[in-house]
Amino acid sequence: MSMPNKSYLTTKSFDRLPEELAVTNAHLIDKVEKLDAVKTVIIKNGQIDGIHDQLPDGYKGEQLNGDGCVLMPGWFDMHVHLREPGREDEETLQTGSFAAANGGFTGVACMPNTQPAIDSQEVINYILERTENNLVDVHPVAAITCGRQGEQLAPIAEMAEAGAVAISDDGSPLMNAELMRRALEYSKMFELPILGHEEDANLSKNRHMHEGFYSTKLGIAGIPAISEEVFIARDIMLTAYTGGRFHVCHISTKDGVDLVRQAKAKGLPVTCEVTPHHFTLTDKVVESYDTNTKMSPPLRSDEDRQALLEGLKDGTIDVIATDHAPHSIEEKEAEYIYAPFGITGLETAVGLIISQLVEQDVLGVQDLYNKCVANPRKILKLAIPKIARGETANLTLFNPGVTWKFKDIRSFSKSQNTPFKEFPLKGKPVAVINKGQIFISPDLKK
Amino acid sequence: MTFKEGHLLGLEHVEKEDIEFILKTAKSFREILERPIKKVPTLQGKTVVNLFFESSTRTRISFELAEKRLSADSVNFSSSTSSVKKGETLLDTARNIAAMKIDMVVIRHQSPGAPNFLARNLDANIINAGDGAHEHPTQALLDMMTILEKFDTLRDLRVAIIGDISHSRVALSNIHGLLKMGAKVTLCGPATLIPREIEKLGVDVSYHVDEVLSRVDVINVLRIQLERQDSGLFPSLREYHNYFGITRERLDKLTQPITIIHPGPINRGVEISSDVADSEHSLILNQVTNGVAIRMAVLYLLAGGENVNA
Repeated sequence: MSMPNKSYLTTKSFDRLPEELAVTNAHLIDKVEKLDAVKTVIIKNGQIDGIHDQLPDGYKGEQLNGDGCVLMPGWFDMHVHLREPGREDEETLQTGSFAAANGGFTGVACMPNTQPAIDSQEVINYILERTENNLVDVHPVAAITCGRQGEQLAPIAEMAEAGAVAISDDGSPLMNAELMRRALEYSKMFELPILGHEEDANLSKNRHMHEGFYSTKLGIAGIPAISEEVFIARDIMLTAYTGGRFHVCHISTKDGVDLVRQAKAKGLPVTCEVTPHHFTLTDKVVESYDTNTKMSPPLRSDEDRQALLEGLKDGTIDVIATDHAPHSIEEKEAEYIYAPFGITGLETAVGLIISQLVEQDVLGVQDLYNKCVANPRKILKLAIPKIARGETANLTLFNPGVTWKFKDIRSFSKSQNTPFKEFPLKGKPVAVINKGQIFISPDLKK
Repeated sequence: MTFKEGHLLGLEHVEKEDIEFILKTAKSFREILERPIKKVPTLQGKTVVNLFFESSTRTRISFELAEKRLSADSVNFSSSTSSVKKGETLLDTARNIAAMKIDMVVIRHQSPGAPNFLARNLDANIINAGDGAHEHPTQALLDMMTILEKFDTLRDLRVAIIGDISHSRVALSNIHGLLKMGAKVTLCGPATLIPREIEKLGVDVSYHVDEVLSRVDVINVLRIQLERQDSGLFPSLREYHNYFGITRERLDKLTQPITIIHPGPINRGVEISSDVADSEHSLILNQVTNGVAIRMAVLYLLAGGENVNA
């Protein structure tokens, strides 16, 4: 089947699934259903109707060619910034959802550093209502403290009831250890994990890149790895003491990974995620002074990057999440020390994961089921979609063999602050299906 | 190579042969500066803008004089606040400059990499006059020129850079330049002011100033910014002076005289005592004169000049 290309400016909604759709000859991967073979999946009225070795004779419905592609339950990105409410010039719930779909995701968790912050039932309701009919499931993460000010606990119970899937002051660290202790204690009543932005602000204030040889050579004040590590250590200890659940956002350092590994060995409920940019790039790329190499935590040393790959391999790192952080051109076209932290990530994730992890034998394509489908939903206590007869079709189809560059695709995000515009990628999302809707990624620009 | 690309963004990417050529050219211009009429028509018709986003007196005047003595048309833009704070991006500022058809831009900026940014976005020769704690290449060139007026060669010369290395663009440019020219470089200062992993550049580091003074030929004494003591990097200026200040008593203990340079402006009584700054071993005022010659040479060579017919 073919879909007309649409611009995000005029796209108002996702397309309905045809009554009957066959995704033909795709490599199905679903660990729970023990699927790891080339099959054809037939979807009827938004539900999986059957899994066949070949397209059944006499099938008359629409077809989507899955030759050479992988079909998995829908991928989930548990760390995105959708900027609405407050910075709709950078991203909206709508454009962010389209960017997620174009990146191969059928669900995201959006962080609360909006304006106003997601620190009340009203904002949770606003986000859920605005995205109710989206193909992409948008799950709000609630702020730990009112206005993310780090001073007073936000109404966590009310927000949990309204549908928050976790709490976090992401973007800013919770400097007050007493408040972090209370947040862990309080949130465990609702089984909400705390997604920790691990950074000692005293150690990182007025600093702009990883501290090491390159920060020295470039004359840019450096953020030491210990600013992240002392916080991971603190919060693991607080987790052990309180019995709460703690998830480390965007882990970036070798000793940070070791701390999580030790915590897991002790049986503590500690999990962590890594971003594609941290497992792909190092602080050396800051030599370009390109402000799209500036993010928090910063790109670390190659030794740290190797430790992240090792952590992905041995299971210490549970999840791959993008930390999609759109910024306007004006903000990023500034001097390095004045530019804001953050890069977009939704639309480059599949390409980086396949080319940097699968192609380099760090992970098998089957392992992506845990890192991109199951683990994020387990951490957030969400149901994991399955490829099985009678289940709602919630699917991600990508082609691991396609090589491409970000500059050659039509991006659906409102912001394009990525260092990967010219970066060679392998593995491209083809389509996502969820909630009776379908999104087909447009072909490369000619 | 940056210099041949038409910019001087830092010494890191300038080759030894180019450094030697700049120093040689500057020597010719130095002779012009001793003449009764100090002006040559070399850059007639060229327009240079001095873009200073950070307050500076001596570097700006030195560049202006160099431009005037080469007969270039020069204009000044000074702003102590960054353009971004005024609401205009550096890119817009750059585009405006480009629209005014300017040939060369001298930029001083508090953000490291600002000159690289201009070089990427402007069709003009860019000269870095100091970008944050990154580089200040003309300062290092004039430092080397001054040292070479006293010593025949920089090869195997032992040079110590003393003071706040972490926040110093002068230090980084000197390190790159001196190492390329074959000198041995030691850094000395409080551990809180020595940036991490700087040894990887090929320098050695010491925290003991007397030990360093006893084994070097030249010291480059850096200015201590008075506000550093408030940021908790060292306890007080008094303690700094007592443990790292270059004083007559310290120098009197040495068996051989030591040559002293300082990028200025001097905090007398902090990093250097007055009698040392004014002593016969101090080349501080020679540096200032050489600064004009070095900047003339850089402007001249970037504009496409090859040999000076002095």
